Amino acid sequence: MKFISKYRRHKFATPLLLLFALFGIGLTFSVASATEAPTAVDAAARSTLIAEGQQIFLKGCSSCHGLNGEGAAVGPSLIGVGAASVDFQVATGRMPMQDMSQQAMRKTPVYNDEEVAALAAYVASLAPGPRAYTNEEIKWERDGNTADGGELFRNNCAMCHNFAGQGGALTQGKYAPTVMGVEPKHIYEAMITGPQAMPVFSDKIITPQEKLSIIKWIKAAESEPNLGGAPLGRVGPVTEGLLIWTFGLGLLIAIAVWLTAKAR
Amino acid sequence: MTARERVAGTVANYVDERTGAAKWMRKNLQKVFPDHWSFMLGEIALYSFVILLLSGTFLSFWFDPSMQHVKYEGSYQPLKDVEMSAAYASALHISFDVRGGLLMRQIHHWAALIFMAAIVVHLMRVFFTGAFRKPREFNWILGIALLTLGIVEGFLGYSLPDDLLSGTGVRIAHAIIQSIPVVGTYLSFFAFGGAFPGYVFIPRIYIVHVLLIPGIFLALITVHLMLVWYQKHTQYPGPGRTEKNVVGYPLMPVYMAKAGGFFFIVFGITAFLGAVASINPIWLYGPYTPGQISAGSQPDWYMGWLDGLVRMAPPLETYLFGYTVSWNILLPGLIIPGIIFTGMALYPFIESWMTGDKREHHILDRPRNVPNRTALGVMSLTFMIVALINGGNDLIATHFDLTINQIMWFSRIGIIVLPPLAFVITKRICLSLQRADREAVLHGKETGRLVMLPHGEYIEIHEELSPEKKFALTQHEQPKAIALVTEDNQGVLNPKGIRAKLQARFSAANAENIAKPTASEVKELESGKH
Amino acid sequence: MSRELEPLADPGLPEHVHRKADTDPIAAKRAERQVAVLFSLSGAGTLLFIYSFFFISEETFIFVPIMGTTNAHQLGIGIGMAASLLFIGFGAVHWAKTLMPDQEVIAYRHEMKSEEQDRQDLVATAKEGAAIAGLGRRPLIKRTLAAAAGLAGLPAIILLRDLGPLPGNALNETNWATGTRLVTDPGDRPIKPSDLEVGGVAQVMPALAPGKKRSLEDIAKDAVLLIRIRPSEFQLDPERLSWTHEGIIAFSKICSHMGCAVALYEQTTKHLLCPCHQSTFDVTRAAKVIFGPSARPLPQLAITVDSEGYLIAKQPFSEAVGPSFWERKS
Repeated sequence: MKFISKYRRHKFATPLLLLFALFGIGLTFSVASATEAPTAVDAAARSTLIAEGQQIFLKGCSSCHGLNGEGAAVGPSLIGVGAASVDFQVATGRMPMQDMSQQAMRKTPVYNDEEVAALAAYVASLAPGPRAYTNEEIKWERDGNTADGGELFRNNCAMCHNFAGQGGALTQGKYAPTVMGVEPKHIYEAMITGPQAMPVFSDKIITPQEKLSIIKWIKAAESEPNLGGAPLGRVGPVTEGLLIWTFGLGLLIAIAVWLTAKAR
Repeated sequence: MTARERVAGTVANYVDERTGAAKWMRKNLQKVFPDHWSFMLGEIALYSFVILLLSGTFLSFWFDPSMQHVKYEGSYQPLKDVEMSAAYASALHISFDVRGGLLMRQIHHWAALIFMAAIVVHLMRVFFTGAFRKPREFNWILGIALLTLGIVEGFLGYSLPDDLLSGTGVRIAHAIIQSIPVVGTYLSFFAFGGAFPGYVFIPRIYIVHVLLIPGIFLALITVHLMLVWYQKHTQYPGPGRTEKNVVGYPLMPVYMAKAGGFFFIVFGITAFLGAVASINPIWLYGPYTPGQISAGSQPDWYMGWLDGLVRMAPPLETYLFGYTVSWNILLPGLIIPGIIFTGMALYPFIESWMTGDKREHHILDRPRNVPNRTALGVMSLTFMIVALINGGNDLIATHFDLTINQIMWFSRIGIIVLPPLAFVITKRICLSLQRADREAVLHGKETGRLVMLPHGEYIEIHEELSPEKKFALTQHEQPKAIALVTEDNQGVLNPKGIRAKLQARFSAANAENIAKPTASEVKELESGKH
Repeated sequence: MSRELEPLADPGLPEHVHRKADTDPIAAKRAERQVAVLFSLSGAGTLLFIYSFFFISEETFIFVPIMGTTNAHQLGIGIGMAASLLFIGFGAVHWAKTLMPDQEVIAYRHEMKSEEQDRQDLVATAKEGAAIAGLGRRPLIKRTLAAAAGLAGLPAIILLRDLGPLPGNALNETNWATGTRLVTDPGDRPIKPSDLEVGGVAQVMPALAPGKKRSLEDIAKDAVLLIRIRPSEFQLDPERLSWTHEGIIAFSKICSHMGCAVALYEQTTKHLLCPCHQSTFDVTRAAKVIFGPSARPLPQLAITVDSEGYLIAKQPFSEAVGPSFWERKS
């Protein structure tokens, strides 16, 4: 590669590079159109999907997010958030929101899978954004590494979601929810879209491979048996202290009362 | 004489000829201990300490107090090949590759929590019943020393496994050391052998945790118990119980069986907890590195109040003459705890000065009969509980749908407002209880049975108390306020100054009681009835 | 005081009430059997312990309500041990309560202080001893002894000198230098501004010189959090604004309060929260403290890009990172 960098300041370098670039773009287009040509039916299906999505959107979402998803006082703009956001927010039941509290919480989804797909297609059609994933695409069992995932989780996630993924408090009543029992695709989508207070973890910062490792670690924590007995919520010393003051000391004092009571 | 008796006789004779122990043994085997559940609280602490020694010794056979980096190769898969300190790796080894290791680790940790909790309730019992009064002031100070050492010892134990949670605790302890004016930076570099976290801290605290502090503990506990033995136990008031006697059961055999049995019960319950409830799952925390943190990082409960105070501290820092003083750390981390523990240690002397009472006391107070002390105790507890609640504010926020900001503000205001309020309310409650006692002695106990008199009036039948009960409710003495000498015989105004004035004020407050019924009052009523 | 003169009379210890087992031989026999059963249960507990220890594999898991799926080996030895101890205790206490004498006895106590004669003798002995030693008459000895004893304590303190090095300038320095690349942690990959989306964060460390390893001491002062927001949202003075790059701002991740890792970033409010003591920092205003006990903003690291487009530190930290200390300049 050295010879290339040696010539990068050559006066013909820029025009030559442009030429290469144009050629590249042309090639991509021809390849893309070549693959898309036989899927004209798909394109038609897609536009009906988008239309369906728009109908659902107008009924269920537009009152907060605006008629064209441009956002309003109560709901943010959805332009450019992509299908991933819609899939995460709607399929986990967070959207539509029940009330205007600090934060949308996980609940039983209002829309079924097809409706979510339609909504996602509609929102994705507004402007490009991260695409939605299916659980089959997230090959965490094959490509992830639990120990690496643990390291990444502790570095990037544990500060909000707690060491065992049980969730934790944020400011002003917001909270990081538990990551236990979340579908792999939704964990993945959350990392790439940064829903609500959560920041975005782009693919260059945490590579897709590393994201799979994180998911694998979360899944390992989820299915890990309670090795030491009742887990007490896996939230650290607070519940341990509570148990010792109620059950532990309570029982010991009750026994002390029995021990010193006069027998009849 | 059976053969067994002959052997025992020979052995006893051999020992006694060399030690002269027979007289002492005979006397002490008949030692009398009063029976009350609240007298067992200190025993819970003592037994937990023995459990800690036993389980701790077991753990020390495998624990490697080293901060050298190793790659984990044990059987816990989610940490496979992760870089960690040898201390953490060996703690994992104990948990997963030593049979019974995890059980012992959990027993050790649960025993530590029980140890501290038992010390605190024991302290509360001693405080509220006035058992710290002359001649037991030294033992009270020893108790405070044991409590303080227990907190330190517990914290060191929590720090040893070098997991993410304990490392965070050490980080905070480091910041507290570093905040000490003038010498803090030097102290922290000496303690940690350089910059945080370094390689020497865990080996150093290990020897303190397993040798130095347990040694001091053993010595102090021995003296603590010897004093109880020598001074004889206090007793609750009641018929036949006086300042000059102890009523109870002899050590041999009743107390030995009960106390010995209780040791096994405490151990058994600790083992039960160790079997069924997870404590400090270090494998979930991961190894410590200063760049990581978990939401909801808390210390064990006996440090929780300290953490709560630190959380609610105002953001104060001064930069004067080129030097920084972090009041936001110093105040809650050192100054306030210092005042609290010094105040606690000195309390017997403070109370004796306030009341002017310099006599020996072996009969315990009923807390209601000493409203000021009881109120002061509840006030201090309120302070501690508010601090403790704030120490867990993040978990309370998520579990009760509150915000950490709300809880923080509640605590910041509450820690100032609630303790005095608790004082006033407790004092009122004590006085009401005194009034109820007086009523019960004079007019008997309410039975709930209503009777209609011939002229149509309804009355509730009151059942007269037994003489024993009446005595128990009236045997205490009620203090009198110390009269302030406003002018001595040479005509000097206020001869003893502000201190005498203060003392007079305190003793007057102390003397606020509902007058207890006197013998003549009782007799009058009794004669009126018949 | 008149009240104190006429307290109620002490009726004396109440009559001893006999237990059933004291008078009824059947009840006594029953109590004896109960104690024996309790001790036998303890034996059964020990057997359970031994069985679980040797014959239940550590790989066996069972489901128990409340506890969830748990390790059968650990549960078996634990319950066995608990039972073996508990039932000895219960047996012994039951024995003491039902079958040992429960007649309360009275012992008498004496005032703690010694007899007056003993006290006087002690004073005399002490005075005599002091007189013989001549401490009062030979002040020179007394004073030099006191001084020597005081000085003799010094070596104990001096010996501790080598516990650690002197701080020197260590607390003011980090491994960030002009031109140090920011790399992801973990992964050690250099970062381009385009790698970070708006609303994104990255945990970063200074790039390592080849062949060097990162120690925990390095992490404890070098950890940095990279946050990207819309540049228009910054409310910074021009100097601090020039420390950012295309909306990317870098802060020390080590809390300015007590050194925990501050990394709870809320992209909606642009607030950073420390989970240890809940200090809250506003990213748009250079990590100004808006809540909690911290008294100082998090130190900001000036960043820019190098010729290859990777993010680098423009200069070292302008202040010490981490918790305050006496000599800290601010």
